Amino acid sequence: MSVDAATVRRIAHLARIAVAESEVSHLQGELNAMLAFVEQLSEVNVEGVEPMTSVTPMEMKKRPDVVNDGEIADDIVRNAPATEDHFFLVPKVVE
Amino acid sequence: MTDLTSLTLAEARDGLASKSITSLELTDAHLKAIESARVLNAFVLETPDQARTMAREIDAKIAKGEGGPLAGIPLGIKDLFATKDVRTTACSKILANFVPPYESTVTAQLWRDGAVMLGKLNNDEFAMGSSNETSCFGPVVNPWRRDGANTTLVPGGSSGGSASAVAALLCMGATATDTGGSIRQPAAFTATVGLKPTYGRCSRWGIVAFASSLDQAGPIARTVRDTAILLRSMAGHDPKDTTSVDRPVPDYEAAIGKSVKGMKIGIPREYRLDGMPAEIEKLWSEGAGWLKAAGAELVEVSLPHTKYALPAYYIVAPAEASSNLARYDGVRYGLRVPGGSIGDMYEATRAEGFGAEVRRRVMIGTYVLSAGYYDAYYLRAQKVRTLIKRDFEDCFAKGVNAILTPATPSAAFGIGEKGGADPVEMYLNDIFTVTVNMAGLPGIAVPAGKDAQGLPLGLQLIGRPFDEEALFSLGEVVEQAAGRFTPARWW
Repeated sequence: MSVDAATVRRIAHLARIAVAESEVSHLQGELNAMLAFVEQLSEVNVEGVEPMTSVTPMEMKKRPDVVNDGEIADDIVRNAPATEDHFFLVPKVVE
Repeated sequence: MTDLTSLTLAEARDGLASKSITSLELTDAHLKAIESARVLNAFVLETPDQARTMAREIDAKIAKGEGGPLAGIPLGIKDLFATKDVRTTACSKILANFVPPYESTVTAQLWRDGAVMLGKLNNDEFAMGSSNETSCFGPVVNPWRRDGANTTLVPGGSSGGSASAVAALLCMGATATDTGGSIRQPAAFTATVGLKPTYGRCSRWGIVAFASSLDQAGPIARTVRDTAILLRSMAGHDPKDTTSVDRPVPDYEAAIGKSVKGMKIGIPREYRLDGMPAEIEKLWSEGAGWLKAAGAELVEVSLPHTKYALPAYYIVAPAEASSNLARYDGVRYGLRVPGGSIGDMYEATRAEGFGAEVRRRVMIGTYVLSAGYYDAYYLRAQKVRTLIKRDFEDCFAKGVNAILTPATPSAAFGIGEKGGADPVEMYLNDIFTVTVNMAGLPGIAVPAGKDAQGLPLGLQLIGRPFDEEALFSLGEVVEQAAGRFTPARWW
């Protein structure tokens, strides 16, 4: 399989990465090189094989559902580009 | 003072314990070495004041007989590990000003045991690369050069800063991470020892995530023993990482010098690639010979799905990366590039903040997870991953203790030499190491010789899950036979 220019633009949008029109054909070439490389997987017989979803066979660990952290709002917002009263500020999202 | 930097970690530890040297002396010697080696670009942040403060504190503790297993040992920390109040960037523009209010579990354990932080080490952006050329701080230079040439070579990646700093005697050891070969390949390119532990052995908490089912932290040091000493402090259960395994941490150093007599070593025929350079082939059989001479038994084994590991990796790793890196959106931390709407802000921020390789991988990952392609790519790759893991399980079930392979298909190459036209050319560097991540196994790269141009080459040993000890015992045999390799100082 390979991707066309429209698909490159669609993927870029899904990934929320702005792509200039001048970059599209270059990116298309690179993505297609990667897709051509992974194409060989289609020759593997995976009939009846379970997908690997965990690396180490172990039961999912659970912890008590209790508050064990908190009161660190200053720390949480310390690295944010824009904040006000411990809130993250973003461009207006509702009219 | 410079001779202090050429001590091994174990020698320095013994010197500190017997009070023949102080941590402050040792730390100062390394800070001086770092200053005079800036041309290597191994450190992206030097923390001399903090280093001296830590050294003085640990000297006081040692005087009182309270030093831990790493008391006074100066280390470098890959910039992927969050260090409290010390800038941590993953070498990405998108995190250029990030100062974590917390400490990664692995580094916290190193400080608990008395180690001293010299600074933060360069790496490929978000650990995506095999040459340390994708860092927003620019490429790292390998302290090794070809005989009679002054071409600058890459140290490998993504832990290129770690490997370069350890090889150039700028730190006694370094933390590193390995998602597809990022500890072992740079170790092989710089004649250092690098161990990627079993998945779950070290906590991933506080390490900038790349591909969560593959990422694992581990040490790079100058000897097998030093690597074992570091792993003991780095490993251990952490409730903050659900994939961290709750089992005791052995005294890995005790495995050094232990007899390998009767161990069964697999030689996988699928690793004998067409067109493999004769010197790699020679190194491999020499390594097998050393292990045999030490009493190990060599057996030919088959890992039939080997050739599919790299393509499956280039679906699984970007898929996980695209999900992990979704958090960099210009809202809670990191770079923000303003835009008219919130969507424009996200897109502009990520376009500006991510480098070319990261953008490419996030996009391919997004594609293979998108509706209509998930089954054909991602699900199939996960199934192939099961088969790759099964190959190893079958091999271990036949009594094989460890598998010997070359670490890399070539020695270090020049900066700018690879991957310019086709990204896959660079990816092929990890052909021998990536299987180990796919199966979650431990692997060690040990320096084993040099190529015709005088550049170091390494061998890889792959172990059973949680049998890092066998790798240290076997690695020691290789190190004893091959000797140690130090680059001639030109910087």
